[in-house]
Amino acid sequence: MNNPKKRSQWADAWRRLQKNKLAVCGLVIFTVLVLGALAAPLFLDYETDVTGINAQNRLQSPSSENWFGTDRLGRDVFARVVWGSRYSLSIGFSAAAISLLLGGTIGAIAGYYGGMIDHVFMRVMDILQAIPATLLAICIAAALDPSPRNIVIAIAVSFCPSFARVVRGPILSIREMEYVEAAKAIGAKNRTIIFSHIIPNCMGPIIVQTTLSVAIMILIVSGLSFLGLGIQPPTPEWGAMLAESRSHIRDHSYLAFFPGLAIMTTILSLNMLGDGLRDALDPRLK
Amino acid sequence: MTLEINNLVVEYRTPDGVVHALNGMDLQLEKGMTLGLVGETGAGKTTTALSILRLVPNPPGVIADGNIKLNGEEILKKSERQMDEIRGKVVSMIFQDPMTSLNPVLTVEDQIAEVIERHEDVSYKESYKKAREMLEMVGIPGSRGSDYPHQFSGGMKQRAVIAIALACNPELLIADEPTTALDVTIQAQVLEMMKSLREKNKMSMLMITHDLGIVAEICDTVSVIYAGRVVEHGTLKDVFDNTRHPYTEGLFNSLPNLTNRKAKLKPIKGLMPDPIHLPAGCSFHPRCNYATEICAKERPEKVFRTERHFTECHLYNEENIIKGGVIKR
Repeated sequence: MNNPKKRSQWADAWRRLQKNKLAVCGLVIFTVLVLGALAAPLFLDYETDVTGINAQNRLQSPSSENWFGTDRLGRDVFARVVWGSRYSLSIGFSAAAISLLLGGTIGAIAGYYGGMIDHVFMRVMDILQAIPATLLAICIAAALDPSPRNIVIAIAVSFCPSFARVVRGPILSIREMEYVEAAKAIGAKNRTIIFSHIIPNCMGPIIVQTTLSVAIMILIVSGLSFLGLGIQPPTPEWGAMLAESRSHIRDHSYLAFFPGLAIMTTILSLNMLGDGLRDALDPRLK
Repeated sequence: MTLEINNLVVEYRTPDGVVHALNGMDLQLEKGMTLGLVGETGAGKTTTALSILRLVPNPPGVIADGNIKLNGEEILKKSERQMDEIRGKVVSMIFQDPMTSLNPVLTVEDQIAEVIERHEDVSYKESYKKAREMLEMVGIPGSRGSDYPHQFSGGMKQRAVIAIALACNPELLIADEPTTALDVTIQAQVLEMMKSLREKNKMSMLMITHDLGIVAEICDTVSVIYAGRVVEHGTLKDVFDNTRHPYTEGLFNSLPNLTNRKAKLKPIKGLMPDPIHLPAGCSFHPRCNYATEICAKERPEKVFRTERHFTECHLYNEENIIKGGVIKR
């Protein structure tokens, strides 16, 4: 109170996030993963290191030469896992972004205006939600060609309802708050009220939902690829790598272990980060 | 005349029945004057205020009849877009509870700058500069503008709300119980400040309150409302010294007596009627000590004591209203 320094909301949130050990841990792991994905092309050549077949060197156990061992075509598993993060992360994030934009906007409009608009939008979302997201994604992915773009579409559409719900819920209560009425009383437009008064107040649930969704989406991408509906071999996608490793799981279990570990680490770090962000971004929790 | 409301009828059409919030409300507020709107909880004070800004929640609220003229222009005929230009610029409102009328995730200066940016043709930077000037004006250091509402005390929050309301120099300020949520010392400060700002900005003010002390302190004219109708209206002196309506009398009797501290309070018996089933005739008759048969049947007409002081009560006619003495205080 005695130190009225100029602080932005984000600087405040950052300070609070730093106090949360688990969240920092998640952030560090996640940053390493993202940096690895970004830097992969600098150290690893896609043609030779990632997809190049080297039959003499097949099914080697992890060693100083091949950190994660090699698969049945003699490809370095480490290179493939690192390169694979590029697909998982980019698909997860773009699907989450599209889903958030689409579902979030629908939820915000439905919640704010209420009445007929709310009914129509939310019933459509209900119909979508009646089908399990994974199943819906499988259907869409099967109907479209299995390309990364179509997988993003499939996952984004199937996650729209949960974003719409997550955004609509808090908006229903926040639109009744006196400060929303006060904003109307100063002549603020509906758009301004939704985006600068209401949405910032439900950032907590939105951010948690987004980070958790990215995690689930990465799982679904892997799942789809595992089933052969997602990214196709020889592209090094974690799910596809798991599928390939099935036949070697008894004698060369590291083939399944490392892609699995990559999936688990990514999701764990995202979950820890998401929880921390929720606490940090809510000024009322100070 | 800045604001003129005639025969305003507002209903809330709920599944349980029609709530008659305002039943022919009449108000006049002249330029530069302050009108006190006094009445119990549920009398329709806030609904009146919201009607002026056309913010009555719809559904269920419906403005069924009447007209509201602001500077001679009919508010009820304006488009939503025109209303947005009026809200915050010509008419602004101070809400009852400063704790909930500030957005917790925006800094205080953000919220003041928002209204300035919205209505005045200024750059982003200037709007923040002006926001801090507004804070200084209500007695808060400008540098505190970058704080969030939860870092402010109750009195400071209400000052900040007042700063938002005054940021665009409105012609009419509606203050909806601005001091109810504050403790008495802060109340006095805020009232003092509002008084001086009113003089400085030469604006009209509609002061909604149930505190007669505040009315005496700040208002020029007073409208006492009961069940959505004005039952007595006049200048401060008329209403305080020449009280006519039994309800107004009841309000005064409910105040503690400063000269005789042992005297018991004499509250008005009964409760506010259910606005879904308002009593026929004069809505006040079930609680009135002077009620006669006619009170339950016919709604009383306005009886004028002076040109500006009138009451709606069957006790009075043209002759005895001048003399008074019909009710005992």
